[in-house]
Amino acid sequence: MKKIEAVNDFVVKFANVNGSGSASANELFAKSFIRMGIPVSPRNIFPSNIQGLPTWYEVRVTEKGYLGRRGGVDLMVAMNPQTWTADVKEIEPGGYLFYDNTKPMPQSRFREDIHVIGIPLTEICNSTYTDARERQLFKNIIYVGALAALMDIEPEAITELIGEQYKGKEKLLKPNVNAFQMGYNYAQEKLDGQLGLKVRRADNVGNKILVDGNSAAALGCVYGGASVCAWYPITPSSSLAESFQKYCQRLRVDKESGRNKFAIVQAEDELASIGMVTGAGWNGARAFTATSGPGISLMQEFIGLAYFAEIPVTIIDVQRGGPSTGMPTRTQQSDVLLCAYASHGDTKHVLLFPEDPNECFEFAATSLDLANRLQTPVFLMTDLDIGMNTRLCEPFRWDDSREYDRGKVMTAEELEAGKDFGRYLDVDGDGIPYRTLPGTHPTKGSYFTRGTTKDRYARYSEQGTDYVDNMRRLLRKFESAKEMVPQPVVRRAKQKTKIGAVYYGSTSPSMTEAMDVLDEQGVMLDTIRIRAFPFSEAIVEFVSEHDQVFVIEQNRDAQLRSLLVNELNVDPAKMMPVLHYDGTPITARFILAEISERMRLLNVQPIKKGKAA
Amino acid sequence: MTYLAKPRLHHPTLPVNKVGYTRRDYEGKVSTLCAGCGHDSISAAIIQACWELNIEPHRVAKLSGIGCSSKTPDYFLGNSHGFNSVHGRMPSVATGANLANRDLVYLGVSGDGDSASIGIGQFAHVMRRGVNMTYIVENNGVYGLTKGQFSATADQGSKSKRGVVNSDSPIDMASLALLLGATFVARSFSGDKQQLVPLIMAAIAHPGASFIDVISPCVAFNNHPGSTKSYDYVRDHNDAVNRLDFWPSRDAITVDYAQGDVIDVPQHDGSIMRLRKTHPEYDPTDRLKAMDMIGQHQAKGEVLTGLLYLNPDAEDLHAHLNTVNVSLNQLTARELCPGSDVLEKINASLR
Ligand SMILES: Cc1ncc(C[n+]2csc(CCOP(=O)(O)OP(=O)(O)O)c2C)c(N)n1
Ligand code: SF4
Ligand SMILES: [Mg+2]
Repeated sequence: MKKIEAVNDFVVKFANVNGSGSASANELFAKSFIRMGIPVSPRNIFPSNIQGLPTWYEVRVTEKGYLGRRGGVDLMVAMNPQTWTADVKEIEPGGYLFYDNTKPMPQSRFREDIHVIGIPLTEICNSTYTDARERQLFKNIIYVGALAALMDIEPEAITELIGEQYKGKEKLLKPNVNAFQMGYNYAQEKLDGQLGLKVRRADNVGNKILVDGNSAAALGCVYGGASVCAWYPITPSSSLAESFQKYCQRLRVDKESGRNKFAIVQAEDELASIGMVTGAGWNGARAFTATSGPGISLMQEFIGLAYFAEIPVTIIDVQRGGPSTGMPTRTQQSDVLLCAYASHGDTKHVLLFPEDPNECFEFAATSLDLANRLQTPVFLMTDLDIGMNTRLCEPFRWDDSREYDRGKVMTAEELEAGKDFGRYLDVDGDGIPYRTLPGTHPTKGSYFTRGTTKDRYARYSEQGTDYVDNMRRLLRKFESAKEMVPQPVVRRAKQKTKIGAVYYGSTSPSMTEAMDVLDEQGVMLDTIRIRAFPFSEAIVEFVSEHDQVFVIEQNRDAQLRSLLVNELNVDPAKMMPVLHYDGTPITARFILAEISERMRLLNVQPIKKGKAA
Repeated sequence: MTYLAKPRLHHPTLPVNKVGYTRRDYEGKVSTLCAGCGHDSISAAIIQACWELNIEPHRVAKLSGIGCSSKTPDYFLGNSHGFNSVHGRMPSVATGANLANRDLVYLGVSGDGDSASIGIGQFAHVMRRGVNMTYIVENNGVYGLTKGQFSATADQGSKSKRGVVNSDSPIDMASLALLLGATFVARSFSGDKQQLVPLIMAAIAHPGASFIDVISPCVAFNNHPGSTKSYDYVRDHNDAVNRLDFWPSRDAITVDYAQGDVIDVPQHDGSIMRLRKTHPEYDPTDRLKAMDMIGQHQAKGEVLTGLLYLNPDAEDLHAHLNTVNVSLNQLTARELCPGSDVLEKINASLR
């Protein structure tokens, strides 16, 4: 029988019961690779409940640093009897099944073409521990120990991590190390040579960090100077607001007074959370909310008001699948159009698309600046895949000389000096007017904020000409935004080509991997990673330079493609959608298969390589 | 940031208040509401109250939802920033604005449609949270701006202009505010400026969520016989529990009253609130009794007005959130940004 043999390049999937304490053990396993210099990409696949239902944790070990989901499973750690059948089915032929063999299982529950590694976990636990909770918790650490031995993970890498985790809690440290050792020893003695997936120390991690996008965005909001946060709990965005709270508690409490330099309100719903952010932005605080699709739906009216009244608002949308619960704990990029044209009337909004936690951090701070500079709602479009999974990425950076961009706020001194103040007056030609904050000056600069129905000096006006004048200025402002937002990243093929591909957000790691394979195959394809809407000049050029452009995204309706076709006025025929939307993160395998098939249809021949690289 | 007003030339006969402003400095644009609309009287009362309280006009932020009532902030305090937000959502905007800058006076103006129907959720939560603001509902029992449909405060059995009888039971906003934790609750009538002005002053001075339900007849759609929100009806059925006098500072008290009918309620900011009791047994610091008394009057078809409830030890949302004394909108990168050294440590913890 075939036996998968691999070093530093395989996928391990843990099937657990939600709430059984497996999460921290599994994370320990994932992190041990990083300590050995090997990149990993872990992913949670979890149900919409707290306890008792199945949950999975998938770890891709990837020496080359491909952080997208690979697809397929080489080793299944099957700890959940409920999902056994499906879990066993998912293993690649020649792969491995690791399970608790305390109770004998009939032959029919296994597969002929996989290798089975059994360890009597329950038995070991029951003979070592008396407390039921301990039996459960240490079972997880024991299997991590056994896996470490089977794969040749350096035990020091794991004991070091345990040491860090229980620093200052020595009472817990020792039993955990003991449990780990127990599993390790058992596997060394009894299971030696059974697993063909091995780990060898490498040097491919560098100074990268492992962090989830929600924590990263929250930290970006702390660094970016957000002082007001209003939110309403919704998966997968809740942990963002919670991280913001946690970081603020640590980093934003005034040392002398013990008082908070932040205000966080858990609102009664998303209508209220966006209302609070609007009020705070109007009054000059940097404010944000974090939500997901259903929350954005509820916020529509306010988003329009903030657009027309020109109020800085930062909205972080951690996208998920469909309405209601269930699918929502899966990932998608399906709010693109919802956000781009959110609200009634003629509106369009600035969107930023981070590819990973590092950009979540960076763009969160940027979005606070942009919202203030442009005096408008700015959406940070992440998704569950980035938001709720830890991802290896470049370390966070902050330039201490960076000042917050407060935008065009007219001061009391300027008003006093007689500077002309028209709230909706375009003085600089960029479509961005000046604003004043409430309470600035006793007699100058106050105005009445309302949606439309106003002239350049914020006086009530129902004149059509005033309305049109204002709407045109808003368009100029949107035009100005093009150069302020993060610019796209272009990757050119080795030879000139008329075929291009567009992608964005969490598709990035899988796309990079797919491109390496296509390069290898001699397929010439230029790519552009879009990082923001409105689309800048570079995107317009890219699209016009190519005869065929694949648009790769994680939704059913090719939403970014629609936005490109609509905004750039390009021929829809040349924009070919490549769509993945089953709720799992897109894979390089999927992208390759789809692009190769389309290339075949387009009759594009790979260019034979002259020399081996 | 405060910016001192330059001395201005005043009409010599117009009296100025302690901060150097005449009453006219508190006025706004000319109202576009129907002549005789109760809302305009409330605007006048707000102007009077702010002038008497010696608040610099630009230190007030006026916020409203949508409706005839919500248009009124344009018609008073012309030197204040105003925000005509969206229908029923003024409370959340006021909450956010207040979080950003705790140093301004927040005045929320809303209608009964705005607050009792579409916005009842936000109304409830702003009261619960104790946002330091004065929340005035200009209550006419109808949707004025959309031409006279019943609102949720219309009494059961009251008749619309076209003769339709309202069958739904009414929402009493003052009772609701009490139930939800407002620390200052009053009711008044737009036609009774004597009563209304001191109530607005006391509400503004109160350091927490203050709510005033002001019955404010809509002359266009709800001032006919059969309406329970008409001028005539409210005049005939108004029962004031007390009469309030309010002085911004202690030294101003000059009036004497007969012993026994008067209680002084000292305020944290040094102002004095003096209640002349018209119902000797009524204690405005007893929340449960207040609710009971409102209910009993309502059952008789009467409107109980005056200062209905006051918690002298009120705290506001900033106290609950333990925020710094400086307004959050004044904080700069120096105070807000933890810096690159800290970030390096965070990076290290993520390896
Ligand atoms: C979302 C939304 N729905 C409906 C309306 C239409 N609308 C405008 S004002 C109003 C009712 C206002 O009633 P009230 O708050 O009592 O104010 P009044 O005009 O009586 O002072 C309605 C329903 C709106 N502006 N927005
Ligand atoms: S319609 Fe009614 S509420 Fe509106 S302005 Fe006229 S009288 Fe006032
Ligand atoms: Mg009304």
